[in-house]
Amino acid sequence: MAECLVVGISDQKVARKPDKLVSYALGSCVGICLYDKVLQVAGLAHILLPDSKNNVSGSINVYKYADTAIERLVQHMEALGCQRSRIVAKISGGANMFNTPGISVGDKNVEAVRRELARLRIKIVAEDVGGNYGRTLMFDSENGMLEVRSLSHGNKII
Amino acid sequence: MNGYANIGEVQKDVIRELGNIGAGNAATALASLLNDKVEISVPNLKFIDISEISDILGGPEKEVVGILVRMTDDVDGMLIYIMDYHFVKHLLGSLLNEDVQAFSGISEIGLSALKEVSNILSGSYVNALSRLTSLDIRLSLPEIAIDMVGAILNFPAAVVGELGDKLLLIEENFIASGNSIQSHLLLIPNMQSLHEIMKRLGVE
Repeated sequence: MAECLVVGISDQKVARKPDKLVSYALGSCVGICLYDKVLQVAGLAHILLPDSKNNVSGSINVYKYADTAIERLVQHMEALGCQRSRIVAKISGGANMFNTPGISVGDKNVEAVRRELARLRIKIVAEDVGGNYGRTLMFDSENGMLEVRSLSHGNKII
Repeated sequence: MNGYANIGEVQKDVIRELGNIGAGNAATALASLLNDKVEISVPNLKFIDISEISDILGGPEKEVVGILVRMTDDVDGMLIYIMDYHFVKHLLGSLLNEDVQAFSGISEIGLSALKEVSNILSGSYVNALSRLTSLDIRLSLPEIAIDMVGAILNFPAAVVGELGDKLLLIEENFIASGNSIQSHLLLIPNMQSLHEIMKRLGVE
C-alpha cells in the first residue's frame, strides 16, 4: 500500500517508491520537487520565503527559506544514496493571491528557487508557477510525476 | 518583544479588550446593515502558529472568501477577513436576496457587498484601536481573493514570516435571525506598530 506523506509549510520530506508526497494549498509559497529516477526517491520542500538573510527573529528555521531549504533536501536525498547528477527538479506555486502590484512574494520566491537550483546544478525539468490562484501538489515517487490541483484552474500533471 | 511569540499576558489582555470593543461596534454596524438584531459572542483571541491556522479554519483546501485591508499612517499592517460559505450565503441572502449556490456564482454586486461588509467590520475594530491609542490609522480599499484558505493565508504568513511563526486570530460568532455564523479576522500589525500600540496603552 502506497502511503501519502504530508509536507507542511516550511517543511520537507523524502519518500521512496511507492509512496507519495502531498503539500496542500500553496499560495505565494513554492514547492520544490526533486527526483532521482534510478532509486525512485522523491523529495518535496515547501518554502515560505526567499532569503534567510532577511530573518530578524534570531533563530532561523532552515526549512522556511529557498536559500537554505533546498540544499538540506538534496543532502537528505544524497544520504539515501541519490546522486546529485541524477536529481532533477519540478517546481510549482509562487502565486500572487491578492494581485498585489509590483514584485510579489510569490515572484521573489520563484526567482530565489531558480537561483538556488542553478547554484546546486539541478535542472528544472517542469514548472507551473505564478498566477493568482492556490495549488495543491501531489508528487509520486514511483514515476516522478507532479500533479497540480487547483479550485479555479483545473488539475494538471507535469 | 522580538516577535509575536514574546507577547506577554498583560498585552494579550489588552488586545482581548480591544477585540471586545471592536466586536461590539461590529455587531451594531452589522445589525443596521442587515436590518436585523445581531448578537456577537465575546471574540476568541488566539496567537497561533502559521502552520496551524488552516486546520482551525477547516483544512487548507477549504474554499473561502479572503478580504485584505491594509493599515497605514500611524499603524502599519493588515487585516484579513476569512468568510466561509455559510457566512457569505447568509450575508448575501439578507443584503441582496442573492441565493448563493457556489462561490463561483457570486455576482459583481455580491462581491462589492462583501467588500463593503469587510470595510464596516474592519472599521469597527480599527476605530476602537484608534480611539484607545490616539493613533491615526488609514484603511486601504479591500482586496478580495476566493480560493483555498491555506493559499490565501500564505500572504500574511509571508509578511510575518521574517518575525516568527505566530499570527493573531480573532474568532467571532455573529448570531443573526437565530443563525450563528462565524467569521475570522486576522489582525497583523508590524512589530514596530505593535510596540507603539502597547506603549500608548501603557502596557510596555
